[in-house]
Amino acid sequence: MRRALAGVLITAVVVWVLSVKLSAFRDFQIAEIAAYTTAVAGLTVLTGLSGQISLGHGAFMAVGAYTIALLMLHLNWSFYLVLVLAGLATAGAGAVVGIAAARLSGPYLAGATLMLGIALPSIANAYPGVFGGEQGLPVTLATPGFLGVSFPPTRWQAWLAGAVALVVLLALASLSRGRVGRDWRAVRDDEVAAALAGVNVARARVLAFVISAACAGLAGAMLAVITNLVAPGGYPVTLSITLLTAAVIGGIGTLPGAIWGSIVVVVLQTYITDLATSHGLSPTVGANIPVAAYGAILILVMLVFPQGLQGAIRKLLTGFAGATPLRRNPAPDESPEKEGTHELL
Amino acid sequence: MVEFLQLTLSGIVFGMIYAAIALSLVLIWRGTRLLNFAQGGMAMFTTFVALEIVYKTHSYWLGFVVALAAGLALGAVTELTIIRPTLNKPELNSVIVTIGLLVLLEGLAGILYGGQYRSFPTAFSQSGLHIGKTALGVGRDDVFVALAVLATTLILAVVFRYTSAGLRMRAAAFNATVARLAGIRVARVLTVGWALAGLLGALAGLLVSPSTYLYPDSMDAIFVYGFTAAVLGGLDSPAGSVAGGVILGVGLNYVAGYVGGGRGSDLESIAAMGLLVIVLMLRPAGLFAGAKTRRV
Repeated sequence: MRRALAGVLITAVVVWVLSVKLSAFRDFQIAEIAAYTTAVAGLTVLTGLSGQISLGHGAFMAVGAYTIALLMLHLNWSFYLVLVLAGLATAGAGAVVGIAAARLSGPYLAGATLMLGIALPSIANAYPGVFGGEQGLPVTLATPGFLGVSFPPTRWQAWLAGAVALVVLLALASLSRGRVGRDWRAVRDDEVAAALAGVNVARARVLAFVISAACAGLAGAMLAVITNLVAPGGYPVTLSITLLTAAVIGGIGTLPGAIWGSIVVVVLQTYITDLATSHGLSPTVGANIPVAAYGAILILVMLVFPQGLQGAIRKLLTGFAGATPLRRNPAPDESPEKEGTHELL
Repeated sequence: MVEFLQLTLSGIVFGMIYAAIALSLVLIWRGTRLLNFAQGGMAMFTTFVALEIVYKTHSYWLGFVVALAAGLALGAVTELTIIRPTLNKPELNSVIVTIGLLVLLEGLAGILYGGQYRSFPTAFSQSGLHIGKTALGVGRDDVFVALAVLATTLILAVVFRYTSAGLRMRAAAFNATVARLAGIRVARVLTVGWALAGLLGALAGLLVSPSTYLYPDSMDAIFVYGFTAAVLGGLDSPAGSVAGGVILGVGLNYVAGYVGGGRGSDLESIAAMGLLVIVLMLRPAGLFAGAKTRRV
């Protein structure tokens, strides 16, 4: 836990320095990375710790985004209250899905959540009066007065998104260290054994979904604030798969991995699109290259290096420290049979 | 009454397409106990191949045959290159690999063919058939769609039931270890299963694309409907998945026709999701499953 706290503090300082030093566009990217990190952290805990997969986390982001947009549009409440409410509303949605999901195993769950990712954004289209249809709803957030009039709004958004991400990371780290995390790992590794040991399997799985959905909801709300808009087109199935890609690149089940994965995904997206336009390729081609790249990366990482970037970093660190690993008690699941599912932090 | 008849008949036609996707999923599920999330993406890609051929040669049937062959090849290559290495790993790895393939194919299609909606030709005329003065709401091409899926299903059923190759496949799916001891090359059987699934998927893509248009993620919705159909049938039974497909196709058509929105409306996918969730909650082993024991 002390290490997690130190990591969060260091990241906070890095975000602060970068946001002050770099341009407004980079601030936007930092905010985007932070929002992605929030969602990916929730997903990586769900998949890596409780052993449930979700291909519909983009839909939860949409729930959070629409909640905050509607609340900000119709009520004049404090932004922080509205943000928390968006998280809570998504947690509620997560509970509904989680109760259905608790009875499903691997592929069934993946299929059901994929359907959620496809069907949920169409609700926004089906009721254009409430949700604004294809055009979506505007989201505007003013910078607070004490920062002065000339303070760049993107920097404030980067700070805000960064703060949300770090609070979420800290909360998840502390959860996964405690009883809840232990229950999740027990359920993941052997459902029957966990039940015999007194773990309430169904409750553990639903709780994982609720928490993970709440993270996605917060991320969606922040993304809505950053982009000043929520529209159904912003939450396609590709978004859910991008989140999964980020989690896999970073190393499934590792919280620092959520940060690495989000950085890779966001930077890759902008970099490749820039590169394509500068080489005179059409925008469609430019937009599709990252998609193809995610696919190739998902396959390659899973086949060649399922532990992801955080696994590589950990290996590097233990390599430098000699044969003794840095952690006191090595994870029990480092046998090749359990690749891709690792203990947190 | 006429509307009911029309909705039912065209629902059956769409249901047969969902059944084709469901069958391809069941084929793979029985052999490898994994769900191929790339099935829709593979079908989309082979249909784009068919469209290229049709544009170049002006022959629908050449495109049709080439797409089926491409589906066969794509299925086999997928199994050999990226699926086999994940078979002894945790379930999650293979799920992620097939999702990776789906995204890769959709990205490639977007790069090669662009994102715009393409219309895809039908094999036969779409003008409506009549009995006396009553319009049936389906055309010649719809009859072809239903018959094509039905014929393929029957051929597969006969192959599985009456040929030695079919016996080997059933044995490998039933118990891989025992099959291996009996001298069956299980790995090869799995490759054949994936190839046949690729062919079925390609068929579904060819048959559905005239009504959905063709674009990189055009098969996403069809895939989840196929998945729903397979789950209705229990994910393990070929006959069940055909029945599940027809139930789903007719049911969704009633929703679109009576509740509103028409075919492809937003309500349809929401209704399908509701159905999937209800079935998974109440009868996770499928509509037609008996009681099951769980081994601890």
